[in-house]
Amino acid sequence: MIANLSWIFFSTLLINNFTLAMFLGLCSFFGVTTKMDTGWRLGAANTFVLVMTAVAVWVLNTFVLTTAPYLRTIAFIVVIASLVQIVEMAIKKFLPVLFRELGIYLPLITTNCAILYLALTQTTRGYNLIEGIFYAIGGGLGLTLALTLMASIRERLDVADVPALAKRMGLVLIIASCMSMAFMGFAGMGSG
Amino acid sequence: MTAIPVETLEQAPEPIVPGAPPPQPLAMDFWRGIADDNPVMIQMLGLCPTMAISNQVSNGLGMGAATLFVLVFSSLMISSLRKVIPNEVRLATYILVICTFVTIADLIMQAYSPLLSRTLGPFVPLIVVNCIILGRAEAFAGKVGPMRALADAFGQGFGFTLALLIMCTIREVIGSGTFLGFHLFGPHYEPQLFFIMPPGGFLSMGLMFLTMGWWGERKKAKLAGASK
Repeated sequence: MIANLSWIFFSTLLINNFTLAMFLGLCSFFGVTTKMDTGWRLGAANTFVLVMTAVAVWVLNTFVLTTAPYLRTIAFIVVIASLVQIVEMAIKKFLPVLFRELGIYLPLITTNCAILYLALTQTTRGYNLIEGIFYAIGGGLGLTLALTLMASIRERLDVADVPALAKRMGLVLIIASCMSMAFMGFAGMGSG
Repeated sequence: MTAIPVETLEQAPEPIVPGAPPPQPLAMDFWRGIADDNPVMIQMLGLCPTMAISNQVSNGLGMGAATLFVLVFSSLMISSLRKVIPNEVRLATYILVICTFVTIADLIMQAYSPLLSRTLGPFVPLIVVNCIILGRAEAFAGKVGPMRALADAFGQGFGFTLALLIMCTIREVIGSGTFLGFHLFGPHYEPQLFFIMPPGGFLSMGLMFLTMGWWGERKKAKLAGASK
């Protein structure tokens, strides 16, 4: 049980990292990672939404969608959108500073593919509630890790002397490629 | 196919919607999506599927077709219903419309091409959260008539497929030495597996952006030189 849970957690966190190995949530990965603070805060907000989604998806799969599996995608997206709305209202009420900093990227969590991907894979892999929550935490921390690393590299990049041509997306993608290569090293953990 | 009365909607003079794109011939609406305003290479939208499934040309074709289908039908539907949808809940409505067509595409793919459906896995339902489709609905289809929305959807859809195919070709030819499964270089070619793995996706995309940027700069310099 414990071994299984920790395997789910670490494989999602490092080996199948949502951003660097599965190419999920790239919009925010390239969009907000200019400052370290916003990077990890968005990661935290994402983790929170991921965990809530995992619970909601488990409820949907167990009690609601058993008779109508073809409504899966629609049901998931509606639930995710409402969840993000609730989180947004809560942050606006209790953490107004964070709310201003995240700005447009908070509602955009709805269309972050990582959230819907989690909902869909949790269903196809048949995870139960506990496994689902561990999967969500692993995925969320993986996202946070990737966002923070990328933001810290890009903060350094601002003062570095790079050719004008590479100042935009090109160089950022090549850095992402190197990070992804580094994370591939974790794949060995699976066989060991 | 289209039972929606296009004419009745078009007859009334178009009220000026704030933020609506300026009137243009249909061909321009179509062409813009392929070249000047390509969703992937210029607008940088829909990067996730472009990198995630571009390790084989066949995947790219399947994904491009599915996205084109969803984009065309949801744009048509949203544009036809644009006067009925209240402004406050338009995004939720758009997502529901898109989601319906994605489910249809997913079920069709599962029925007629189960192999492709298995390879693409969750990336077919993930078309729902592809920024290109919601972006077009918000920026274009929700503000113009159905004909222009259709032209734009086809343009953006083909533009996306084109970018996808360029990526797939680079990655499959270098990474497996094949094109659509045909071996290109004979038995002595050693496939560069790096390119079909995740880092190869980021790298090919980065090189593509650098090339596009270099090309754009060169064009600009040439124009500046000509005007002098």
